[in-house]
Amino acid sequence: MVGITSYGAYIPWHRINRMTIYWTIGFINQATITPGEKAVANYDEDSLSMAVNAGMDCLTGMDRSKIDGLYLATTTAPYKERQNAGIISTALDLKPTARSADFTASVKAGTTAVLAACDAVKAETAQSILVCSSDCRLGPAGSFQEENYGDAAAAVLIGNKNVIANLIGTHSITYDFMDQWRIENEKYTRIWEDRWVRDEGYGKFVAEAIGGLMKKYSINPKDIAKVCFPGVYHRQHPTIGKQLGFKPEQLQDHMFATVGLTGSSNPLLILVAALEDAKPGDKIIVASYGNGGDVLLFEVTPEITKLSARKGVKKHLAHKTELKSYEKMVTFRNVITIDIAGRGEQFFPTSATILWRDRKKLYGLVGTKCKACGTPQWPPQRVCINPKCKAIDKMEEYRFSDRHGKLFTYTGDNLAFSPTPPELYGMIDFDDGGRAMFNLSDCTLEELRVNMPIEMTLRKRWEAPGFVGYGWKGTPVMG
Amino acid sequence: MAEGIKDKVAIIGMGCTKFGELWDKSGPDLIIDAYQECMQDAGIEMKDIDAAWYSTLYPMQGLSGIQLAQTLHLPYLPVTHVENLCASGTEAIRGATYALASGAIDVALCIGMEKLKDVGYGGLPDMRPPHEQYWAPNASGPGVYAMMATRYFAAYGLSPEAGKKMIARVTWKSHQNGAKHPKAHLKKAVELEAIVNAPIIAWPLGLFDCCGVSDGAAAAVLMRAADAKKACKNPVYVKACTIAAASGEDMWYTDYDYAHAETGFRAGQRVYKEAGIKKPREEIGMAEVHDCFSITEAVTMEDLQFSPRGKVKEDIESGFFDLTGGLPVQSDGGLKCFGHPIGASGLRMLYECYKQLQGKAGDRQIKNPKMALTHNMGGYPPWSVVGVAIVGN
Repeated sequence: MVGITSYGAYIPWHRINRMTIYWTIGFINQATITPGEKAVANYDEDSLSMAVNAGMDCLTGMDRSKIDGLYLATTTAPYKERQNAGIISTALDLKPTARSADFTASVKAGTTAVLAACDAVKAETAQSILVCSSDCRLGPAGSFQEENYGDAAAAVLIGNKNVIANLIGTHSITYDFMDQWRIENEKYTRIWEDRWVRDEGYGKFVAEAIGGLMKKYSINPKDIAKVCFPGVYHRQHPTIGKQLGFKPEQLQDHMFATVGLTGSSNPLLILVAALEDAKPGDKIIVASYGNGGDVLLFEVTPEITKLSARKGVKKHLAHKTELKSYEKMVTFRNVITIDIAGRGEQFFPTSATILWRDRKKLYGLVGTKCKACGTPQWPPQRVCINPKCKAIDKMEEYRFSDRHGKLFTYTGDNLAFSPTPPELYGMIDFDDGGRAMFNLSDCTLEELRVNMPIEMTLRKRWEAPGFVGYGWKGTPVMG
Repeated sequence: MAEGIKDKVAIIGMGCTKFGELWDKSGPDLIIDAYQECMQDAGIEMKDIDAAWYSTLYPMQGLSGIQLAQTLHLPYLPVTHVENLCASGTEAIRGATYALASGAIDVALCIGMEKLKDVGYGGLPDMRPPHEQYWAPNASGPGVYAMMATRYFAAYGLSPEAGKKMIARVTWKSHQNGAKHPKAHLKKAVELEAIVNAPIIAWPLGLFDCCGVSDGAAAAVLMRAADAKKACKNPVYVKACTIAAASGEDMWYTDYDYAHAETGFRAGQRVYKEAGIKKPREEIGMAEVHDCFSITEAVTMEDLQFSPRGKVKEDIESGFFDLTGGLPVQSDGGLKCFGHPIGASGLRMLYECYKQLQGKAGDRQIKNPKMALTHNMGGYPPWSVVGVAIVGN
């Protein structure tokens, strides 16, 4: 049996109401106004950081030493050369023998990566592969894309033991349908007329792909518990379902009005939401749309009831703050470039040697624990920090990224440069020992309290010419 | 058995420039100005100097002792550049004192200087090495001390309002004193209400809780005590001088409370022992401490055992540290009013003690202080180096 053994999600904290965008900048045609809100990655996030956080959620309660592959699916990878999946693998503290690959250039890349992972496990060249899918796509200011794109990530672990959703069928179609595209050195996607995209692309391919799978495996719509596919055109979505013979309640909410169109992570995010409510025996179809599409058919197993609690889609959907300013949103992605002034321009060199030597510490948040006295310590030490111990070279690795702590002290700093002042940071005491200072993200100064519970989140830490660096920040534990 | 340095070395001359945004002065100008006043006061000439210690932090001043040697055209002397963060000034004094006490030299010159106002923005430039920048918070000076205020308020049950009022009183006192000093940068008394209500720099610290950023230099000439008595009418004797550098426990081990500076406490213990002081609150006549932020001065009063732990509020609010109080602190206005040209601050503190001990402090004169203490702190509480010196008649 090969299929999904775990799942996770990441939806950024900020949501913007589409009318906030509309009232600020307007759109070409009022008829194109779409409903609800969309998720917006914070200034310190991108598709890579979100992929790591979704991966963290998926790995809740999992033994990371058993994972022997990491696939990233995204159309918005921060690096053109330097494997993005490799950075994620290091951040998730996976073993170096885990294979890695970036799946990219189409919003169907998420499902394609899952197919590839399933094939590898079926072929027994790997036992367990983590697929992280994430996108943070941009349209020009005031564009149809800007209105509809949302930022989010989803992750599924593919394996052959303790399978919660068994893969029982697949079908794919490929068409070079140029509905949206982006070439080298362009920041924003371009699109063709939406009526054509809706009627000739989305309206046809999703039905063709899902219909093809149903025919291939002789599936009656009644056998299916949920059908998951993106709501690229939210009004067209139910029509496609109906055309395929599904009742409205069989269509999993596409989250267009709560998260938006999240590119390569979209079908998997919807699938994760479906799995959260699934019962053993449920059959679930998930389909992507983009240059054709992939369709996967899963059957949920009793193992699903044993899966440990996680944030998933549900908690992330509930954990949000309204971004009241369109202008703020566009500064997050440098659509409007803000003045960083002298303090923001302070330069510190990016050292490849340090990044390599300290990769576990910097990307993986791996510290040390003294074998002599048992004290966890971060950053990693060779000489034990416990004044009563001070043993030298008696350390073992100790990962902090998945541990909670308490906020020992904090401040909101208006002098240090921040794109969203005040810059928040504090000292965190980890619950099982270890203390260090970290920036804090996705919170306000007003909500911070001494001793409040804190968890860690991977963020974009700094940008230098030709370089993006990542590291960990604290954030209030999600309720 | 170590003997310590009590009464072995004395200061026979000091100089200090005006501190401030000295747009027309270069680093070398400040060095020369402080040097001239100092040498005139000491009554010696360049040929009398055997060695020099030069204290400055930022590499933008240039590196090494050559900066000082070339500025003054010192005749191929042994010149040491010292850097121990904001406590560099005290480190220069410590180096000179030890060299004199060893008998290796007869006359030592110490100069501290920092030219900060060529940077182009407010506050201090960042000084973290890249390997820390990759993970550590993007923090400023006010922020890392603000975290001590947050912690102090939480540890001793002060509401933010009560806490802010307490530290505002620290600032108010320093402005009262600084207004009287001709060389201070900020020479203005400020109303308590304005201090409490000032814009926030790093919560809970407001504008007036933070010291200024200034240019300045200060200098001292030292000799062994026996020589000093012959060379000068009223030498000021070094009773003790030490430094404590943070061990990392305060940063990474969970015992530290962030409501005090362990470095300040340890350095205090050590100087009191060296100077033979049993009751600091009674025996110390005045103190110039590192009030980079109002909260720093408040906890320093506890670290130096002037006030019991958690009780400094009573002493602050009763005026115990005012110019007319039981233990005047920052009689010149402190970093608060002088600003903090890093390498110069430790020597500037000493300059005020020296003048007070010689009875030359004008309308700020403290009656017979006898024993004066300087406390010079670099970094921030869990990552700090503190230099403490005691000087007396």
